[in-house]
This record gives sequence, C-alpha cells and structure tokens, in this order.
Amino acid sequence: MRLSRGARAALAVAMTLGLAVIYVPLGVVIVSSFNTDKTFGWPPSGFTLEWWRRAVDNVGARDALATSVKAGFGATAIALVLGTLLSFAVARYRFFGRDVVSILVVLPIALPGIVTGIALSSAIQTTLRPIGIDFGLFTVIIGHATFCVVIVYNNVLARLRRTSGSLEEASMDLGAGVFTTFRHVTFPAVRSALFAGGLLAFALSFDEVIVTTFTAGAGVQTLPIWILSNLTRPNQAPIVNVVAAVLIVASVVPVWLAQRVSADTAGGRL
Amino acid sequence: MSSAEGARPASFARRVSGTLYRRPGLRLGGLLTAPLGYLVVVYLGALGLLLMSAFWTTDEFSGNLVKSFTWANFHAVATTSVYRTVLIRSVGVAAAVTVICTAVAFPMAFFMAKVAPVRLRRGLVVAVLTPLWASYLVKAFAWRSMFSGDGVLDWALTPFGLSSPGFGLPATVVVLSYLWLPYMILPIYAGLERLPESMLEASADLGAKAGRTFRSVVLPLTIPAVVAGSIFTFSLSLGDYITVQIVGGKTQLIGNLIQTNVGAANNLPLAAALATLPIVIMVGYLLAVRRTGALDNL
Amino acid sequence: MKMRATLVATAAAALALAGCGGSSGTTGSTGQGGFKAPPMKAVTHLGPGEGQVNLISWPGYVEDGSSDKSVDWVHPFEKATGCMVKNHAAGTSDEMVNLMKTGQYDAVSASGDATLRLIAAGSVQPINTKLIPSYKDVFSGLKMKPWNSVNGVAYGVPHGRGANVLMYRTDLVKPAPTSWDVVWNKASPYKGKVTAYDSPIYIADAAVYLMAHRPDLKIKDPYALDDKQFNAAVALLKKQNADIGEYWSDALKQVQSFKSGDLAVGTSWQYNVNLAQSEKAPVDAVLPSEGSTGWSDTWMIAAHTKHLTCAYKWLNWIISPKVNAQVAEWFGEAPSDSKSCALTSDKNFCTTYHANDEAYFKKIWYWTTPIKQCLDGRTDVSCKTYADWTTAWQEIKG
Repeated sequence: MRLSRGARAALAVAMTLGLAVIYVPLGVVIVSSFNTDKTFGWPPSGFTLEWWRRAVDNVGARDALATSVKAGFGATAIALVLGTLLSFAVARYRFFGRDVVSILVVLPIALPGIVTGIALSSAIQTTLRPIGIDFGLFTVIIGHATFCVVIVYNNVLARLRRTSGSLEEASMDLGAGVFTTFRHVTFPAVRSALFAGGLLAFALSFDEVIVTTFTAGAGVQTLPIWILSNLTRPNQAPIVNVVAAVLIVASVVPVWLAQRVSADTAGGRL
Repeated sequence: MSSAEGARPASFARRVSGTLYRRPGLRLGGLLTAPLGYLVVVYLGALGLLLMSAFWTTDEFSGNLVKSFTWANFHAVATTSVYRTVLIRSVGVAAAVTVICTAVAFPMAFFMAKVAPVRLRRGLVVAVLTPLWASYLVKAFAWRSMFSGDGVLDWALTPFGLSSPGFGLPATVVVLSYLWLPYMILPIYAGLERLPESMLEASADLGAKAGRTFRSVVLPLTIPAVVAGSIFTFSLSLGDYITVQIVGGKTQLIGNLIQTNVGAANNLPLAAALATLPIVIMVGYLLAVRRTGALDNL
Repeated sequence: MKMRATLVATAAAALALAGCGGSSGTTGSTGQGGFKAPPMKAVTHLGPGEGQVNLISWPGYVEDGSSDKSVDWVHPFEKATGCMVKNHAAGTSDEMVNLMKTGQYDAVSASGDATLRLIAAGSVQPINTKLIPSYKDVFSGLKMKPWNSVNGVAYGVPHGRGANVLMYRTDLVKPAPTSWDVVWNKASPYKGKVTAYDSPIYIADAAVYLMAHRPDLKIKDPYALDDKQFNAAVALLKKQNADIGEYWSDALKQVQSFKSGDLAVGTSWQYNVNLAQSEKAPVDAVLPSEGSTGWSDTWMIAAHTKHLTCAYKWLNWIISPKVNAQVAEWFGEAPSDSKSCALTSDKNFCTTYHANDEAYFKKIWYWTTPIKQCLDGRTDVSCKTYADWTTAWQEIKG
C-alpha cells in the first residue's frame, strides 16, 4: 500500500504515542519501587533500596511465584493437549456441530471472569468436595485450563489452516502410520504455533486474578493473589512494586523467545 | 501420541494406527472426546449448575441453599432499579472501552503490520506484548497513583492549567482501555498481516488512492479481526470488578454487584441470577459476530 | 486488613434460630436471653502437647516471617511448645465458619459476627480460662462479652480491638470536627472529598449518628433496626452518597487519598491515621461525641479438636504480653493483654490506640450481624437482617 509521507508520519506518531502510554505506568511502577514514600506519592520523596532488599527476603512472594508457575504449567499442559486435539478435529474434519465447537471453546474467555469464577466455585463446592477434592492448586489448574484451551486452539488452528492436509495424506499413502505421520509431518509444522500458544496461555494463567480468587483454596496463593492481599498492606505494598518491576523486565525474555521461534511475526494469537 | 516406539509397543501402536487409518470417524472421535468432554463437563456443567441455582433461594437463618424452584431472584433482578442502572452503566463502560481500544489499536497495528520495516516488527510486537506479563493489579494501582491529587497526571497537567479527572467512571474507562489494549492490537495486527500485499497493489494499480484502498479493501477485510479483539475488550470490561474498586471512586459495576451478593451477602442464587445478564449479553454477541468470521480471527 | 469489608457477613444462622439477643455494644448489651449453646463443658486439665496445631486466622494474625523476616511469632511458639503450626489465612467470616465445620482445624480467630454462629453450630467449645495463664492480664473491658461468651461461660480469648474514628485533613476541615456531622448533615463543604467504609455494616454508622440526632427514632442498638429506623438510616446514606468521593475498603488506598487531598474527611481506623501521619499527611482523628462503631476478634477452639493441648497453648501464646504486643503492632489494633503495652516497640503505641482507655471503648458499638430478632431485646417488631442491609447498601451506592 503506497501511503503518503504524511500518513506514514502520522502512523509513526500514533505508534510512538501508543507505546508511550503503554510504558508510562510501567515506568511509574519501577520508579515507585525505589520511592521512599510508602503510598507512592508523586514526585518521589526520595531514593531507597530498602524495598528491593526486603523483597529478596520475602518468602511469601517467592512461594507465591512458585505456585503461579506450577499453576501456569499445569493449565498450559492441559490446554496444549486439549487445544491441539480440538484444532485438529476442526481443521481436518467436517462434522455435525462444528460451528458450535468454535463458540464453545471461546466461551470460557468470552464470559466475564466473575461468571466463570462463581460457576466453578459453586460446582467444586457441590460436586468435588463431597468426594474429598477440596479447593487447592488442582482446582486452580482446572479453572485456568478452561480459558487457556482456546489460546492454544486458535494458534494451532491458524497454522493448520495454512498447512494443507494433503501432506499428511501423502505421508499416510506412503505407508506411514497415523502416529508416525504426526511425529514427522504434522508436529514439526505446528511446533512453533504450539510454543506461541502455550506461552500466551501461560501468561494468561500467570496474571489471572478473578477466577483464581474463586477456585483457590485459601492455602493456595498465586502471585496475583499475593499481590492483591499485599497491595493493601502499607508495609508490603512497595515490595509488590519490586516484584512487578522484576516481572516486567523478566517477561521480555519469553516474549522475545516466542518471537524468535514463531514463524509468523505475530508471535502467537490470543 | 508420538511415543509409539520400542519393539512390543510398536506392534500394538501399529495395530491402533492401522485401525485409526481405516476409520476416520474413530480418529475424529479420539480427537474430540477429551477436549469436548472437558469443556462440556467442567465448563458447561459448572455454568449449568450456576444457572440452576439462580432458581433456588438461601435459607434466611442458616444461609444454606434451599433447592426449591422460584422465580424470585429473576423477579428481583428485573424489578430492582439499581440493577438496571448498574447494568446499563456496565455495558456503557464495556462499549466505551472497546471503542477507545479500537481507535488506539488500529493505527498502531497498521503501523506495525504495513509501515514498519520488517526487522522492526518483531521488536514492536515484543513491546506490545510485554505489558501482558506485568501484573494487571500492579498496573491498575500504578494508574491509581497517577490519577490521584498529587499524582503524575496532575503534576504533568498543572502547567497547562488542567488537572487529573480524579477517581470515577472516566478513570475506570481509561484504565480498562489501557489494560485490555494489547488484546485488541494483537488480533488486528494478525489480521492486517494476513492481508496479501498483492491485493493492495492490485487496488493501487486499478487507480485507487491510499484512502480508497483503505476504505474498500483494508477495512472490510480487517473487520473480523477488530470484532475478534472486541470480544476480549468487551467481555473483560464487562466482568471486571477490581479495577473499578481501585480507580472508580464510588462507582459500582455489574461485577461488583455479583461479587457482593456471592461474598458479603452469601446469596449465590441472586448472584447467579445477576450473572445471567452478562452471560446473555456475551452469548448474544458471540452468535451475532459468528457470521463475520471473527471467531476464526481470535 | 481490607478483608474487614467482607468480614461482617451474613446470616447469624442458627444463632437466629436459637433466638439469640446478643448485642455487641458495651453500652447497650442486654443479656443473651433465649440463646442456648449446645451442651458442652470446658476441659479441666490438659494432656501433653500433640505436636501440631492447625489454625484459621485473619491475614496478619499468624506470621512466621514469610511476610517480613522480623515479624515472626510462629517459630518461637514451635520452639517453646513443640507444637508445629499449620495456618490457613481465611478471607471472610463465612469461610471461617465453613472451614471450622470440616473439623480439620483446631483454633480460629473469629470476628464478632462469626463467634456466635460458631457457638450455635457446635463448632467450638467452651474455654477453661484457668488453663490460660495469660488470660488474667486481658483487659476486663474485653472479658465475658456477648460476642465471646454465653451466659457467663467463656468461649474464647480476646485478641484485640479497634474503633472506627473520624479522620480529617487539618488544612481542609476547619474547625476541627467533634461530631460526625461533617460526614452527614454538614458534609456539603467537602463535597466529593468525603469517604465512607465500603460495606453494608457502615449502615450502623448512620444509625449511631441518628441515635444522637434523631431521638424520635428511638434507636437503642445500631445493629437492631426496624423498618422505620432502617429507612431513616438508608435515606441518610443516600443523601451522603452525593458528597462521597470514594468508598474505601483498604487502608492503603484511603491513606493515599487523604495524603493527596482527594479525600478530606471520613471514617477511618487508628492504624490508617498513624500511617497517614507518618507519611507526613496533614491529618488528625477524633472519636466524635456520638460514639462510633468498632470491632473485636476472639480466638476459639474447635469442638472436636485432635490437638487440644496445643490449641490451648496457642491461645495462651497469642495473648501473652510480648506476642500480643507484636501482633497488635503488626496489624495495627489495640492489644488485648494489659501487659503488652509495656512491651511494644513504639512506647506510645497503646496510648495512640487507646488500649488502656476503657472510657474510650465504652463509646464503641462493636460490629455484630443484624438478625431478624432485634438485638436490643424488642419482641414486638422484627428487625432488618444482614441480607436486607446488603441489598440496601447496593442501592445506596447506586
């Protein structure tokens, strides 16, 4: 598309402004983590490394981080398996109700978190607890997996639509079994889509608050739940800023990696 | 699936493989059973139970559920004026957030997909995606401190004779738009990226100026992507009750009402009846946009 | 601390069935006529420690150094008694009541609205205070109150208490207020800068105000409101809504807003006031002439505990002078142990929190769950339940 120089410049300005708006609050978080003021007044009243020092000692935050990583891996693993299976079915077969599937899979992410949250919570209460499964990490993973499936599904489906099924047919015509074909033909084609989808699914689970609130046992504290309960405690709130600052910086690595591995530059789809 | 190696399992795997090869229906069944089972049993099952409980009541004394059929909760939802007011407000907020996100995201996504040099694209996508990892709560609190009377906004605006709008509905809309912006940029970017360059060139060759190409080619083809993004921004805004507590001043949204009824009031049936409102809205929205192909653009 | 918002929750359950009339206000507490606790006797002696104790507590009550390395009274307890602590921090009173029903826990830090529910449900047992050496030092103003005892039988040990005070910006609110007027009938000068507590229980604050200013309503207990009294309180709150800048539910947000000047006046906790002052915000606080609402928590022991001795040891530990001082300072409330005051790291701590000041706490109506049976003893009318309060609260906020 041949755009005028003015249009290009205008778009570049929009991009720059957009990024500025995205990053100013993150900058505020990072600055606040060095602010002596416990309630983050602006401009900062002084520079301190106290919060960083105390964050290093904070066992609660470390445990919560570990819990979040476990929950994220658990939910992502389920999502990878289920999302992949479903996307193959939808991409390679025609069957009755295929349209319904596409709505069903998007429902957990399209319905507000609080609806998903209270639905799962009351279901666990009435069906799982009587058989001895109480709220805990397991229920968090179950809950997160419901809305992570769609992410993997979308990524793999998009890839499958671009790679023709005829390659798989050729492989099987040449005598390769279903599993061999999957291993040597199909899997390599969707590998990067799986990675990108898995990463986004993990990110979604990692930052989920509302569904987690309703599905976690009180003993299970994911990082967002830890943040929620500590942001309101003046002695702890500045430490939350430190944790967030670390997350912001650290998250560049996986996002960048996904970019490198992924074939399409979008680095995955939501 | 790919672990079909080793001597003895191989023969077994081969038999399974053979059966699967001969019977595509079996293959399809194998693919569908687990994911559909999970979504139907876990998710729809839970939703079904929730909707069922909307017809129950709680015992006034013990707080336990009384499982006898009643329309009372829906009657309460329909007749209590505060629920109507809050629902309209919530839909308004969700719509406003969606419009703002689209307006901000489109030029950015367009620049990323069609203007920026290819080697810059990856960097830009990383820049847009990174904030997704920074805690949503921390970002909302950062905005709170920016909106406050001695915050960054006031500090930056005072020289221009302006001041921060303070906490309230406008602040809520701004912060929600901020939080969900990446969820709009990404689908639009993916949609624009898929637009073949050749199609745009054809349009130009046929004499269309950039503006005309944009209106007649780019826009119609990216609408599904925009709609896909709007599913996220709309639904995430509709269900939010935490951001509004942080920057909303005295505002309450439908999520707050649901949360209060399920928490403080311990009245799950009423909360469930209230929850049907966003469910109906979102399912209606999904059915309406299915035709546009938006669901393939998520 | 933000959880206090959700803490005064629901149905006083079986309590109501039993026809309990336990009022929480020290000024207005009538007996508990009609309330029958399940038959159960306190133990007379304790065996050897069982090596473990499972607790349910409010966040901040059971700290093992994981929040802050220097804040740890769990490890010293484990060392001293050999009882290993497993703690479950609960978010709401309902959660506590439900968890206690599972029978997996030995002790719980219950709030005023949960205690009688736990007693009525048979989830907790009477306490033999003679087996708790620290009990003798507990402020008498907290002993044997309607929310921690039944007909002279103790069901737990008091953990601490606090009042809801009126905080104001000294530069914006002049002259210094002495009445709740400034947030009710005379709030207009501070339009948009008034704050209120974001919970249905705040309706009681309106009732406390009406008790003093509308004697014709004959409100005797702010948690026992009949139709007419309730409607008057709700009307007052709806009027107040126009002046509200923000309803607050956690300390940090409120302090931020007072510091930045987004808020000028409203109900608060002593803890918030101190924090705001330490952050150099020009604020002060007062317990207004009308009196106020407040809260007090109680440690209780499960009826069928497997770790009875360790549970007793924990109760004794948590109200022992040194530990009670630590908890009180970390959480920001008045300690329940009279000897704690000498042991706080801030020597003025007890003065700031009025820990010794019984006259101060005489003016406080401690949070209680409103039930159908009027808590003030009236039998000719029925009172509004907490469910009614919750619905009204949503309408008040609009």
